[in-house]
Amino acid sequence: MGGFRQGVAATVPALRRYARALTRDAELADDLVQDTLVRALRSEHLFHGGDLRSWLYTILTNLNRNRLRALARRPTMAAIDDNDAADLAGPEAGSRDIERALATLADDQRSVLLLVVLEGLSYREVAEVQGVPIGTVMSRLSRARMQIKDYLDGKRPALRRVK
Amino acid sequence: MIDRDLPVTADELHAYVDGLLPPDRRAAVEAWLAVHPNDAAQVAEWRAQADTIRARYGVIANESVPVRFDLDRLAQPRRNWRSVAVATILAAIVGATAGWIAHGASASSQPGFEQLSAEALAAHKLYVTEVRHPIEVGAGEDHLLPWLSRRVGATLRAPNLEAYSLKLLGGRLLPGPNGAAALFMYETPAGERYTFYCSRANTPRTALRYNTAGDAAAVLWVESDMGYVVSGPAERDKLIEIAQSAYREIESRLPTRSTENRVPPRRGS
Repeated sequence: MGGFRQGVAATVPALRRYARALTRDAELADDLVQDTLVRALRSEHLFHGGDLRSWLYTILTNLNRNRLRALARRPTMAAIDDNDAADLAGPEAGSRDIERALATLADDQRSVLLLVVLEGLSYREVAEVQGVPIGTVMSRLSRARMQIKDYLDGKRPALRRVK
Repeated sequence: MIDRDLPVTADELHAYVDGLLPPDRRAAVEAWLAVHPNDAAQVAEWRAQADTIRARYGVIANESVPVRFDLDRLAQPRRNWRSVAVATILAAIVGATAGWIAHGASASSQPGFEQLSAEALAAHKLYVTEVRHPIEVGAGEDHLLPWLSRRVGATLRAPNLEAYSLKLLGGRLLPGPNGAAALFMYETPAGERYTFYCSRANTPRTALRYNTAGDAAAVLWVESDMGYVVSGPAERDKLIEIAQSAYREIESRLPTRSTENRVPPRRGS
């Protein structure tokens, strides 16, 4: 029992990181993490071993998916406006660019990329979290990377000057 | 050396970037990149993306954890109603497909729970054999659900089990362990009958559990002070599948089919 709760507690920082990158909204991300924790604590009897971290990522991913489904009926306010940050330079601009690039991805693609790159899950673990075959994980990962590249290429003034 | 001759796939390039490449392919991929500048550029681009993402979000994991995530506080029931509500809905979706059911027998059982199961199975056995009057009120009658809901004291739903060729015949009111209970009856075209029993329960929330009683069996669960029992012929896998479907529909208020396959089983290895 104590081991379970300790395991969950140890994962909170990583869950917050993943949720933040997934939603790009600090408040929403922490709400998601809290819901994930409440859900996990109430469902301890449903956890029968295996990897606790992956299990928690699964819950969080599904909670987020559910939230998006609920939102789908309303127009969402995604901050993809390029104008205000285009003239920024330096690391600030880089992180803002990547945020916007992530925002352009389909949710499942973003989730795959973040679970691999940020959370260090294996492809097999990501497949379990998303409930899809590994081939689907690979194609989502590939599309995510291509699209981010396209987005960043289109945005970088330096590249345009080269032409 | 043989490995070097195998062409490098796009998946391997991703795995190389992500540190997930089997060690015996590493040399082959590096040799490939040395002579394929386009692939090498792509790999460098992907690495840069990954570094930027980690640079942007990695620090969040180093922040001190806010007090709102204190697990002892969160574990107190009903502390945060909104979170609990959301979590409960999702619990149905995740939980129903999470592979616990085979382990249900290991959970400790409570007397109230056994009584619920026994009452439901008794009602099941009594009425499935009833040829002329298996139900009191037919499925086509508008007052079926309002009537039973009012008498049982909870908003009842009769799950749609047509995916299993089970057609709702109707329902009846019964005395239950904690006041009135409702029994819904379903039938296949072949005449096989299943029942769905709902009663107030004063036992804690549980996972789904499987019980047998002769040639009939039941899967039951308790959620939000309501006990639910799906009974039918003692074919374990099929009954569990039907019960999971009912569980998802009752607990999530979502269509049953669309949520399948979304969550992998998380059984111990």
